[in-house]
Amino acid sequence: MISFLVVNPFIDSLLKILSIVGLMTVSAMGLIYLERKIAARFHMRLGPTRTGPAGLLQSVADALKLVGKEDIRPASADAWSFELAPYFVFIPAFMMFVTIPFTLMLNVEMLTLGLLYIIAISSVSIVGWVMAGWGSDNRYALIGALRAAAQGISYELPLVLSVLCIAMIAQSLNLNEIIAQQTIVPNILLQPFAFFLFFTSALAEMNRAPFDIPVGESEVVGGPFVEYSGIRWSMFFLAEYTALLIMSILIVALFLGGWSWPFGEKLGTSWQILLTIMKTSLVIFLIFWVRVSVPRMRIDQLMNFCWKVLIPLALIQIFLNGLILVFHLPTFLLAVSSIMLMGVLVLIINKSMQNLNKNHIVKNNLESA
Amino acid sequence: MSNKQIETQEILVNMGPQHPSTHGVFRMVLSVDGEMITDVQPYIGYLHRGAEKLCETMDYRQGIGFMDRTEYLANFNAELSYVMAVERLLDIEVPERANWIRMILVELNRLSSHFMFVGAFGVDCGVFGTPFLYSFRERERLIDFFEEISGDRMMYAYFRPGGLAWDVPANFVSRVEEVLSSSEQGIKDMDGLLTNNEIFLSRTKQVGIIDGKAAIDWGMSGPSLRASGIEYDIRRAEPYLYYNDIDFDVITGINGDVFDRYFVRLQEMRQSINIVRQCLANLTSGAILADAAARNLRTPPGEVYIRTEAPRGEYGIYLVSNGDNRPYRLKIRSAGFSNLQALRDMVIGSYIPDAVVILGSIDIVLGEVDR
Amino acid sequence: MDSVEKLLIQYLPVLIAAVIAFFLVFSALIGSRLLAPFSIEKQKADTYECGMIPIRSANTNIGIRFYFYAILFVIFDVEALFIFPWAVSFIALGPESFIFMSIFIFILLIGLAYAWKKGALSWR
Repeated sequence: MISFLVVNPFIDSLLKILSIVGLMTVSAMGLIYLERKIAARFHMRLGPTRTGPAGLLQSVADALKLVGKEDIRPASADAWSFELAPYFVFIPAFMMFVTIPFTLMLNVEMLTLGLLYIIAISSVSIVGWVMAGWGSDNRYALIGALRAAAQGISYELPLVLSVLCIAMIAQSLNLNEIIAQQTIVPNILLQPFAFFLFFTSALAEMNRAPFDIPVGESEVVGGPFVEYSGIRWSMFFLAEYTALLIMSILIVALFLGGWSWPFGEKLGTSWQILLTIMKTSLVIFLIFWVRVSVPRMRIDQLMNFCWKVLIPLALIQIFLNGLILVFHLPTFLLAVSSIMLMGVLVLIINKSMQNLNKNHIVKNNLESA
Repeated sequence: MSNKQIETQEILVNMGPQHPSTHGVFRMVLSVDGEMITDVQPYIGYLHRGAEKLCETMDYRQGIGFMDRTEYLANFNAELSYVMAVERLLDIEVPERANWIRMILVELNRLSSHFMFVGAFGVDCGVFGTPFLYSFRERERLIDFFEEISGDRMMYAYFRPGGLAWDVPANFVSRVEEVLSSSEQGIKDMDGLLTNNEIFLSRTKQVGIIDGKAAIDWGMSGPSLRASGIEYDIRRAEPYLYYNDIDFDVITGINGDVFDRYFVRLQEMRQSINIVRQCLANLTSGAILADAAARNLRTPPGEVYIRTEAPRGEYGIYLVSNGDNRPYRLKIRSAGFSNLQALRDMVIGSYIPDAVVILGSIDIVLGEVDR
Repeated sequence: MDSVEKLLIQYLPVLIAAVIAFFLVFSALIGSRLLAPFSIEKQKADTYECGMIPIRSANTNIGIRFYFYAILFVIFDVEALFIFPWAVSFIALGPESFIFMSIFIFILLIGLAYAWKKGALSWR
């Protein structure tokens, strides 16, 4: 495999990042194609078929079309925030690639505080969303941007807390170290609740269904991006799929054992890459599956779910993890506590469903009316 | 200075006429305070084509086509009201076979219309197309079947004053059985995709509530009224065709919320299948057009109001004749128009996403609202 | 090489990535500028209002319910930052640090419960 000579750290990382550019472009196009194809299969449609064999060139055609499209800025828009918003959305998404562990050796730079870095950088893009929404001078965009801000900052917390659960077990924030510890037991078995937390919050952070509230097609018609066209709009799109890829790799790294589980470090680099790709594809497929299956939540329900359910439970999980780890109690208790909290979550959801089912209008008929 | 509050303003959010979820060209201007709706101003008329006035310039047979174009999702139901009104004026008896076939087609059209509703409602709730495409598959099968009978996928113009335009194909019964069994599966699919989904329930339950009294006051009818617990179905209350001889349940809701309006329709689809099965058992052979029905009809002077239970509710035709071969005045009482009036009551106090779901649950067809 | 310099060199790729990402967007916009057609038309520069002429500017003081969430977020995010260094070293630090941190988390939970009870988390 490619292993750059560490002659000069500057040249080394420059080359690596340039190859990341290629990887990102190809994978984003691939993901768009796959999403269309997979969603089409769920819908019993064919999806793209005309461009190239089995429609494989559809994304290329789309990209060319988008470059050739007129880039319109509304006359009443705030020029600076409108023009700068794509940068603020795209650059953080791209910067996250720096510390993503594709294999043990293959990554740009394994930062010691990698996890913290990713979480910090990922929240910057919310600024871009708000800039886009506010700058467009459009009501849908404004509402969408405010929703994005509320949702983005709220779900940052469960995300951070679930990462903390893993960091406590791994005693490290370095992603490679976290992966290396999962050779025998992946974290998803130890912390299913943290996995649920992370998966849910990642969906919310990426604004994907069922949390695509800021861009809700049937309500705010595309949200903050409603005024964007052509290449500027495609930057948001690219950032979205980049974030999808990164979040999926992150889920794989944190919970599914990354390149390590179940074979450990003995595996060659190419096999490790294959393992990462396979697991990532699985997670991405899961995300697509969720998207075609569930309705969109409402913003107040979403916030309630975050603040009244997820965050308290996450804090309890951190407390329990600390208790188990600091007193060196048996490891299986981690799994037990996590499953218990999952049970609590299911109970809470069931309870709220029962509350919904309470009939509050007495059945009336024609005579009484 | 210290207790001076930051002043916020209500903003006006314009939804429609070009909006993905206003079911055509309906327009509503929402006053929102943050996410909460404080007022709503509906605007209709973007699809106004003057159908009533146009009917006055055409003879009775040409008017049938206009009924198709007002209520374009339940065309057979609209045609039925119209031809029944003309028949009442002429005082002609429709052959038994024609009536049974009419009933079958009307109920199948109810199915196809409700399939459209359920699919579009799924999209309103924010599912990425899955229920939409599943229900459209079923609707497509029904529409293919209608095409086999009438020769057109949408504008059937198949009913005639006095009967039907021509007899149904020979394989009619077996084809009806086919579409019924596929529709049954389709309803089950909808149950699986939407009815039991927790997010769907939390989006629809206790949203857009209207109680029975308010619903009657606004003149609501059809499933939207029955969802509020009012057991009123014209097929039962004032039976026409052979609904008297048929055994079916009038489905009512309890809460009058969005979920009830959805669920009543879903259950009604099962009832429709049941009705069609019974009609098939009763289907007789014989003439399909009354002898008295001439090509160029000339009605005696008089006026008549006929109403039938269309998928969206009461579809009434008020027809005034002065003895000519065309209506002197035709008034369409469309269910969508009356049901839409209750929108304001339901929407105020809810959130922006709710407005979309509530509008979807009323199931309007702009063709019949604007006419 | 002292440790600070080492740490900074570790973050060199981050800087490079930011610069490259900036130029990616920039070059894409330039490319579009060269390829795409442009025409000046007044109607086109209107904002999208579902086909209607915009009623008035959208940039008003819109009432939002998110303000409390923002404050709570700041509190909890800072707290999470406090937990991070503890989380990676608490086993080595022993039970004492765990007890301190549990008190900290407990206080936060009480804070959340207080905000909840005061209605900061409700929408109406």
